[in-house]
Amino acid sequence: MRDIYLDNAATTALEPRVLDAMLPYFTERPANPSSFHSMGLRAKEAVAAARGTVAGILNSREDEVLFTSGGTESDNLAVVGIPRAYVAKGRHVITSAIEHPAVLEPLLHLQKKSEIELTVLPVDRFGMVDPAAVVAALRPETVFVSIMYANNEIGTIQPIAEIGKEILKWRKEHATPLPYFHSDACQASGACPLDVEKLHVDAMSVNGSKIYGPKGVGILYLRRGVALDPLVRGGGQERGIRAGTENVPGIVGLATALSLARQEMEKENARLIALRDRLIAGLLAIPKTRLNGHPTVRLPNNVNISFLDIEGEAAVLYLDAEGIYVSTGSACASTSLDPSHVILATGLSYEGAHGSLRFTLGKHTTADDIERVIAVMPGVVQKLRVMSPVNLDMKYFA
Amino acid sequence: MNPTKPTDDARKGDVVSPTKDKGWFYTDTVKDHFFHPRNFMQDESAYGEAAMGMVGSPACGDAMKIWIKVDPATGRISDMKWKTFGCGSAIASTSMMSVMVTENGGMTLEDARKLRPQNIMERLGGLPARKVHCSVLGDKALRAAINDWYRRAGQHDNIEIEQGRVIDATLKITDKDIEEAVLDGADTLEKVQAKTKVGTGDPSCIPEVENLIRFYKEKYFGAE
Repeated sequence: MRDIYLDNAATTALEPRVLDAMLPYFTERPANPSSFHSMGLRAKEAVAAARGTVAGILNSREDEVLFTSGGTESDNLAVVGIPRAYVAKGRHVITSAIEHPAVLEPLLHLQKKSEIELTVLPVDRFGMVDPAAVVAALRPETVFVSIMYANNEIGTIQPIAEIGKEILKWRKEHATPLPYFHSDACQASGACPLDVEKLHVDAMSVNGSKIYGPKGVGILYLRRGVALDPLVRGGGQERGIRAGTENVPGIVGLATALSLARQEMEKENARLIALRDRLIAGLLAIPKTRLNGHPTVRLPNNVNISFLDIEGEAAVLYLDAEGIYVSTGSACASTSLDPSHVILATGLSYEGAHGSLRFTLGKHTTADDIERVIAVMPGVVQKLRVMSPVNLDMKYFA
Repeated sequence: MNPTKPTDDARKGDVVSPTKDKGWFYTDTVKDHFFHPRNFMQDESAYGEAAMGMVGSPACGDAMKIWIKVDPATGRISDMKWKTFGCGSAIASTSMMSVMVTENGGMTLEDARKLRPQNIMERLGGLPARKVHCSVLGDKALRAAINDWYRRAGQHDNIEIEQGRVIDATLKITDKDIEEAVLDGADTLEKVQAKTKVGTGDPSCIPEVENLIRFYKEKYFGAE
């Protein structure tokens, strides 16, 4: 039976065209871009070309594109590095309750160390941040705001352009260049426009491991004039902001993956949205279910459903036995015993949040795959509900 | 009572390193019981008079309900049925426990009371360390059912209140459970919670739990 991989938000398979672009830089062209000889120069040119491609996609200048070791490093670099560089101007930072741990954890760490004062904005029941709430939280000592572009668990797409515009307006009214606005776009990289001028962001994290690119490489867009206190010091690479020998094959692969994703985005989004909505409708036909995240303003490949009275991991294992691979953000999957902080932030009860499953589609997902999941899921849920001593009221989904 | 420490065998199913990971977290026995659960309750109508015990809550992520029938002449468990809300290892542990208490003519209530999570884990060929907490509720539910049986039989002298002092009333976790967890190597609140789930339903007990962890660490491993 065909394996049905519906965990593309965790990571995607490498696209063969991306691999082809990367391969020569592992073997035939191994040089260090910092070396003075002509082989080094060729490696340097490859990095420069990749930077140019990325700058084109982001509508930025080339020197505003920094290569890192991945989305997590890009997030850390921005949310730790920028507030630290502006500590003399203020210590207040704003973020949201549904950020990826790569944003939340470093910010909570800075708060614990008394380096910043953190405001964590709530979200509505769809997981949406209200731009007016961002403005209401701004203070003269606010130096940094970080709101993710699209959520990795529930797929909700935030009004980044609107938030960016409101922050710009506030800065103008208060005649200050601060706060700077960062967005974690790692889940949005393949499906959403990344034009930094239209999004009004000052920093943005992007990676390629969800868009058929390589792992271990990422991008931080950093607007000219925004200072950043580096986390990794050394040989002065990436304008001295991020030291370390460039991952040339990774950088080439990431740029290739991003540009392929751009070319195919419109068509692929339309295809995925049709499959996504069919899957949502099929799964919601099962009694005592709820869609997590926004019904329409969500990533084209994300379906997140809570099934009352069952625990998510058990369902993952039963689906696994059917050759269907999905994930859960709930207790047993992580070292934390609490269910997903994202789903709890949307106001769902602990009871409801434990039984949530995430299905994330990809370019290899077919209509037949979706029909098979819709056919298999009711039996899995039924089997676990028969074994469950719990028969909760639908009020837990209120 | 000396808490039983898990043997090396009980840890065999653990994922020690990614290179040794054969693609599944669970042993074949765990998988077998998870995919083919034994003795789960399908028709409660025949068990209206059976003794029953329940622990946990869906808010904590695990809940178990257990029914037992006992032969009054021998004091042995003749039948056990269960229902479990929880992850794969919680379901497999309850299933295995139902086999253990009913096999070979049934366990005596006295022996059944001595059953500990470590015994169940051993029979399962081990559980991953982070899954141990999923298996600690089954034996508690069993002991609650045993007390219920004595209550229904009018043998009130035989009802045993959980040894130790209840710290977390929601999950029925006692200071003995904290002691066992610390002896098992849990040296922080997070690790004790990973084993026992203490305080996940009712966080008000956490300061007391932290005190107990410090106390047992000093008792068994010396002051820091």
